[in-house]
Amino acid sequence: MRRIAIVIAAVAALTAPWLMPATALAATVSILNVSYDPTRELYKDINAAFAHDWKLKTGDDVVINQSHGGSGKQARSVIDGLQADVVTLALGQDIDEISTRAKLLPAEWQARLPQNSTPYYSTIVFLVRKGNPRNIRDWDDLARPGIKVITPNPKTGGGARWNFLAAWGYGQKKYGSPAAAQDYVKRVFANVPILDSGARGATVNFAERGLGDVLITWENEALLTAQELGADRFEIVRPSVSIRTEPAVAIVDKVVEKRGTRAVADAYLRFLYTPEGQEIVARKGYRPRDPAIAAKYADRFPNMQLFEIDRNFGGWAKAQAIFFSDGGVFDQIYEGGG
Amino acid sequence: MKPATATAEPRWLRWVLTAAALGFLAINLALPLAAVFIEGFRKGIAAYAAAIAEPDAISALKLTLIVAAIAVPLNIIIGLSASWAIAKFDFRFKPFLVTLIDLPFSVSPVVAGLIYVLLFGMQGWLGPWLQANDIQILFAVPGLVLATIFVTFPFVARELIPLMQEQGRDEEEAALSLGASGLSTFWHVTLPNIRWGLLYGVLLCNARAMGEFGAVSVVSGHIRGKTNTLPLHIEILYNEYNFAAAFAVASLLAGLALVTLLLKSLLEWRYAGQLAGRGH
Repeated sequence: MRRIAIVIAAVAALTAPWLMPATALAATVSILNVSYDPTRELYKDINAAFAHDWKLKTGDDVVINQSHGGSGKQARSVIDGLQADVVTLALGQDIDEISTRAKLLPAEWQARLPQNSTPYYSTIVFLVRKGNPRNIRDWDDLARPGIKVITPNPKTGGGARWNFLAAWGYGQKKYGSPAAAQDYVKRVFANVPILDSGARGATVNFAERGLGDVLITWENEALLTAQELGADRFEIVRPSVSIRTEPAVAIVDKVVEKRGTRAVADAYLRFLYTPEGQEIVARKGYRPRDPAIAAKYADRFPNMQLFEIDRNFGGWAKAQAIFFSDGGVFDQIYEGGG
Repeated sequence: MKPATATAEPRWLRWVLTAAALGFLAINLALPLAAVFIEGFRKGIAAYAAAIAEPDAISALKLTLIVAAIAVPLNIIIGLSASWAIAKFDFRFKPFLVTLIDLPFSVSPVVAGLIYVLLFGMQGWLGPWLQANDIQILFAVPGLVLATIFVTFPFVARELIPLMQEQGRDEEEAALSLGASGLSTFWHVTLPNIRWGLLYGVLLCNARAMGEFGAVSVVSGHIRGKTNTLPLHIEILYNEYNFAAAFAVASLLAGLALVTLLLKSLLEWRYAGQLAGRGH
């Protein structure tokens, strides 16, 4: 018995130094940014630049903690008590959910920052293999027999809903009626071999595991994938028309009031709109709002004809009810898992 | 006449069975394990060391060890008392208690995580009260510990119950009738009898506590450098296209598990004589 006790004591002695909390060092202010998946790289740079800027202006150190995950799941975590000072999610609807379900911020949150609280935007494009071997040029090519399309499940991934609506918008514009649009989108989804639950999973399936001929994805994600995994392996194809994807940002009032972090949280979100913030936004593949920065990066972000969620689909609440609710359009076209 | 063997199967069948078992183990265990280490070192030793020494990885490692260091001892105490109660006493709801102990094995880890969200989440039963008193359980270390305890709870008890039942209570009764106190009976009679089973349970419990993903993922909140355990950190690295780093950290986690198993083998080897005597 004693020998075992000695062994346990030795193990405890060896591991004890590792178990000391690492956070007891600095009395700096910290905020938590709860974001969605493809913004990891963006906020890594934004956080460093903002911390530098904040230090210059106030002399205080600020640490921005990051949490990333599927947009809907992240909203759910904030509703369940994840102490986010700010949320930066894939769509305004997820922030609406936080407002209506947990009353953590007012319903009119979107009016508090410029551009409807969306400091950057993007659009939906196609990523194909180098040389575009299946000759994919526009949305119609995705419905061709034999083409394998990779896109995540719009029921579980916020980002994927934009993909679906972009395809639908094209179908409606090209074929006229909602019934024809539904038929078109159904043909596209018949070409989807697996529906991943999240955007990053779908990208990894396409890029790393080599599945499919074309990935429907956000422009920023396509730019990043090409950059990270080799520009010699992929090509971006911009369709004739797409949708304007607008990730939204907001302060979570109840949390910043409790933690006394409103000033720094507000400065943090406003930093996104500054030329410096917009420059980082553009470098990381999102389309900047600032006209000067946009002009500078015009090569990277060619002009495209874009639908808008409010103008063309009557806003998220309506689109959600029609397309993605149980028994909605998506369930009708994807019965039995395709 | 051939020497007596335990079975009467022809030699070729024994070979086929052995080959099948070994082949299965090689393909399903050895190969993936080797792949983790090979992928981890793909970009060289410097990249491997950098991935492990990265602050987020270090904090994930610390958090994983902290969670295990709290969850495992608690499970030893709870597991010991539960199996003690079940094996040595008779009471009315014994089958019910045994079923309850098995519950974490049959419930999906995701559900285990959601149970705590329902209990401690801001929209849950205790959430508003916790919020009012500024106590953070979910999306913080306490939540991670609770979820880990739930998932690893059966390991110690499940090892001990059959062992203690098999041993019966004769020795304890003898000790008590000779005037030993309850505590010293436990310390000098029961514990030596069950120590190998206990150790085995503890090691399994520890391995699972460090490796748990599902339940922990639900209650973590995924705050980098704060509430990400090693398994969650590995997923993040993988999703960031940091494949080499993901496998480097994965090999670290696998290494922890291997150390656990090595420790077990070492103890078994060291105390082989006693083990043989005990038959366990």
